Amino acid sequence: MALLEVKDLEVNYGVIRALKGINFHVNKGEIVTLIGANGAGKTTTMQSIIGLIPIKSGHVIYNDQDITKTPCHKLVKLGMSQVPEGRRIFQELTVYENLMMGAYSIKKNVTFKDDIEMVYKRFPRLKERKNQIASTLSGGEQQMLAMGRALMSHPDILLLDEPSMGLSPLLVTEIFDIIQEINKEGTTVLLVEQNAKKALSIADRAYVLETGSIVLEGDAKEMMNNDDIKKAYLGE
Amino acid sequence: MEILETLINGLSIGGTYAMIALGYTMVYGIAKMLNFAHGDVIMVGGYTIYVVMAQTGYPLIGLAAAILFCMILGVTVEKLAYKPLRGASPLAVLITAIGVSYLLQSTAQMIFGSSPKMVTLLDLGNVKLGSLKIQWNVIITLIASFVIMLILTLFVKYTRTGRAMVAVSEDKGAAQLMGINSNAIITLTFAIGSALAACAGFFMLMKSPSLSNTMGAMPGIKAFTAAVIGGIGSIPGAMLGGILIGIVEAVSYKITVIAPYTDAIEFLILIIILLVKPSGILGKKRREKV
Repeated sequence: MALLEVKDLEVNYGVIRALKGINFHVNKGEIVTLIGANGAGKTTTMQSIIGLIPIKSGHVIYNDQDITKTPCHKLVKLGMSQVPEGRRIFQELTVYENLMMGAYSIKKNVTFKDDIEMVYKRFPRLKERKNQIASTLSGGEQQMLAMGRALMSHPDILLLDEPSMGLSPLLVTEIFDIIQEINKEGTTVLLVEQNAKKALSIADRAYVLETGSIVLEGDAKEMMNNDDIKKAYLGE
Repeated sequence: MEILETLINGLSIGGTYAMIALGYTMVYGIAKMLNFAHGDVIMVGGYTIYVVMAQTGYPLIGLAAAILFCMILGVTVEKLAYKPLRGASPLAVLITAIGVSYLLQSTAQMIFGSSPKMVTLLDLGNVKLGSLKIQWNVIITLIASFVIMLILTLFVKYTRTGRAMVAVSEDKGAAQLMGINSNAIITLTFAIGSALAACAGFFMLMKSPSLSNTMGAMPGIKAFTAAVIGGIGSIPGAMLGGILIGIVEAVSYKITVIAPYTDAIEFLILIIILLVKPSGILGKKRREKV
């Protein structure tokens, strides 16, 4: 069953058609990846799903509920959490306070202490730096914080926008291992990536986005062996 | 002893400026706009105190009414005038704010006329400590404004809502991703700023009982100057800037030769700060996001 379904989604920036009516879905428990080059519309897709940029036409269905017009701040409560492109952690707040913000949507939070311990367990580096101002963290730590922050609201689906951006290959591998772990523990994942090789290696299914349209979709493992994909995105 | 007196006077004037500057800086930090109608909220607070005082005779009831009325006014102005312009060019918002400023001043003039009204709030006389002689209202203003600043600092630093305010001021989009209703935070910011302006109006009337429809204009501009000197968007910056301007004012009034040029000196400090450190004393350089 589809947990998240995007139907004929169109987004314009002024006269530029950023998304020309795309369709895709994410089933419960899956890792689905949206790959494509710079400017293909990946981040636009992510931001319009979560309500940060206005949609021209089309629908976003989540858990059988039309959330096309639901304001961003209400989606967290419904179980949708996003790690935005560029991480966008709160630089002036401490690591701990960032995680606190991640749980903002839960009013009477009885599990807060356990949740934060769970995040610290997953990202031990964050525990070491819990009272540090977030702007002093390294790129990898900031990515971990952004992911930890997103997990604090117990999401059913995690939307990850370019988690590998600016990270060393070693860290990318670490982050992707963690994404797989999170998924195994029951969180559905929609992953947007420029690093197609990495993304396809952990995903169940994939969509290829090119200048605002989906040009290919299918099983992630099969796509890794597709000659066109190899040439265009995997550099082989 | 005279130096100490001047210093206490300066801190007291500065406390009042800081109250107003906080409104400018918080609104700028969170809604990213310069609310040039903020000074006139002081005036509205003043008239509210005047009306309620005439009815009840109790200054504190006047203050409570002023705080409440100014909060409603601030939130209403934000909803009607500024919210529809969110995302519009900063110039459009700025001009709208100036328009709101004139609207408030003219409305007050229509209702209360153009001749100043007198409000005597509290006449407590002086306090004498050895050879030190200070007016009670100076002491009250000083203590009250510092207590309010302390409460505000604790609120922003240690409450969930306060931290959410910092989050919204830093990245509205990311804050929304956390489930923070940024519109609600903006509303709250206008309410707090207006309440502080009402308090400033009360302090000003304690100092000098004359009330006119332009009474908020000059303190508004000076508090804005203070906010910029401290670093606009920074809460401790607004406090520091306000106190600094207050002390400069008190000292300058004491020196006969330069006393007439006090306002000019205050704005000169602004120019110097802008030349030396354009982001203000405690202002941060905003790093561009990658």
